[in-house]
Amino acid sequence: MGHTKHNAIVRALFNDDDIVLSAVKDLRANGFHVSEVYSPFPIHGLDEAMGLKRTRLSTAAFCYGLTGLFFASWLTYYTMIMDWPQNIGGKPNSMWFLNMPSFVPVMFELTVFFAAHLMCWSYFAVNGLYPGAKAQNPDPRTTDDHFLMEVELEGDEDALNKKLKDLGALEISKIEA
Amino acid sequence: MFEFSTKAKQLAIGLTAVGAILWVVGFAMNGSSSHEADHGHDAHATEMHAEHENDYPGEAHASMIESSIAADAHAEAGHDAHAEEAHDAHAEHENDYPGEAHASMIESSIAADARAEHVHHQQQNRPWSALYVAAIFFLGLGLGQLFFLAIQYIAQAGWSAGLLRVMEAQAFTIIIPLIVIALITFLGLGHVHHMFHWMVEGINIEGHKNYDEIIAGKRGFLNPTFFIIRVLVYIGGWVWAARMLRKNSLLSDTGDGVEMWKKNRKVGAIFTVFYAVTSSTSAWDLIMSIDTHWFSTLFGWYTFAGMFVSSFAATILVTLYLKSKGLLEWVNYNHIHDLGKFMFAFSVFWTYLWFSQFVLIWYANIPEEVTYYMQRWDQYKVPFFTMLSLNFIFPVLAILSRPAKRVPGTLVMAAVFVLVGHYMDHYVMIMPGTVGDQYGFGLVELGPILFFAGLFIYVMLSNLAKAPLLHKNHPMMVESKHFQQ
Repeated sequence: MGHTKHNAIVRALFNDDDIVLSAVKDLRANGFHVSEVYSPFPIHGLDEAMGLKRTRLSTAAFCYGLTGLFFASWLTYYTMIMDWPQNIGGKPNSMWFLNMPSFVPVMFELTVFFAAHLMCWSYFAVNGLYPGAKAQNPDPRTTDDHFLMEVELEGDEDALNKKLKDLGALEISKIEA
Repeated sequence: MFEFSTKAKQLAIGLTAVGAILWVVGFAMNGSSSHEADHGHDAHATEMHAEHENDYPGEAHASMIESSIAADAHAEAGHDAHAEEAHDAHAEHENDYPGEAHASMIESSIAADARAEHVHHQQQNRPWSALYVAAIFFLGLGLGQLFFLAIQYIAQAGWSAGLLRVMEAQAFTIIIPLIVIALITFLGLGHVHHMFHWMVEGINIEGHKNYDEIIAGKRGFLNPTFFIIRVLVYIGGWVWAARMLRKNSLLSDTGDGVEMWKKNRKVGAIFTVFYAVTSSTSAWDLIMSIDTHWFSTLFGWYTFAGMFVSSFAATILVTLYLKSKGLLEWVNYNHIHDLGKFMFAFSVFWTYLWFSQFVLIWYANIPEEVTYYMQRWDQYKVPFFTMLSLNFIFPVLAILSRPAKRVPGTLVMAAVFVLVGHYMDHYVMIMPGTVGDQYGFGLVELGPILFFAGLFIYVMLSNLAKAPLLHKNHPMMVESKHFQQ
């Protein structure tokens, strides 16, 4: 998804992840543009072979974690120190900082909670995954044991088809722009 | 094949020699100065000695606190002059933490003479403790990688095959620190120094002036014979594992790689079980027994985590050094990245254990437990917080992100900071129980660091030079070369 459909697309179906990986490397080395690969499982090194940009999800996760940390600090401050100072186990409740060690578990948990949950939701949002979203894989077999590659057609169609056949494609089809 | 150049050799030997000289000079200077402190206080000191039953630093603090608590309770009855003083001090610090109140009681309730006697013992302990801190720290550098090496085999890890020779060489660096540790502890049994409270004469004999009921109750474990046996068992077991793993690895170069790998897997499995027990018991014996009254159930794990993370820091430095020499060409930034991840993860793990130990004791606030942290809070605030930030906040900020773990510069910096931080961690573990507030960083502390650093470099590099860096018949060498993370 996400690719601009100016050119026609050639779809090639494979039945082995190693073959897909080497095919992607081969095609890109020969100047073709592999726009998408559908796979039933993550293929190690495929993102690099396809030249995908590194995800910014980790940066987002750090910010989410930081948000959680600040939220927990505020929560413990507000509930335990400011609004209703609570004396638990004789621990100092005049200042947040003096009682900080008892709040560390809360801070830790909320950091993890915020980072994990918001990262998940961000992932869904960016990828357009919501309840009732239409499946985007062009061939249901890519959810089982096949791999589908989309290559943008630039120039000679027969050459590309031959190339894909040589690389081990089982089926080749063309989608007009 | 790595060559141990004459220049590196000279550096290693030079560091060792300079370190040894510094320590000896520091020891001699320390001896003369503590002699002065001793002078003129003998009569009073003996008197106070009887009153306080014994004067070992660790015990001194525990008994001082006990006596000051007792003094506080009986102050109204006019127990004695010191008790009044203690009570006043208490009143003055009403709003303070219990820790601070106790500390001020300690200050005021102890007579100056007794104080001089404690100071004398503590000053005497300082060179030994400083040597001991460095020995334990450098033991950790080798021991962590020995354990990691064993895990590589039993977990059938492929990625690390290209790094095994580095780990093997590093595992051998445990030998010299172990010898020094054995020497120091056995000298303690011979009353040459007073680092270990439970080693004091007559501590378990009822009616003896040094009798301590709590320590006498621990005699079943903490007695000289059993202690010596345990220390020898640790040395034997660990050195055996390091030698066997190395031997089989070298044999595989000329023989059957798979066969030797299977043998090493067995050695690794045996060692891991052995180390699971001895990592904890050795931490009790070698470190926790300094504060004999105090105990913590996760102390072994905490010590192990510190050793493990510092050993990764050392491996990263050595690997990057070898790569800078153009060696280890099969090790790429995917492997380095993984080592960085281990260093990062175990920094966090160390913090987790440190905090787990701290927060339970802080929260429960039981006097016999909390004295441990009170003393560190009162007397060791600077090293205490410095080491916490070096060991946790710094690694988190510096090597959290993926790119940072793939750049040699940030990794080297993080590794150096982690090493400094964990030296300080061991310092804060050992020094308060042996020298109290008589600590510092001078010749006696610097000397052992240089001494062991020199020997570490020497043992490490000479072992690296003895065999090809490529473990060529390792069954997973190809996997390691293709490793990508």
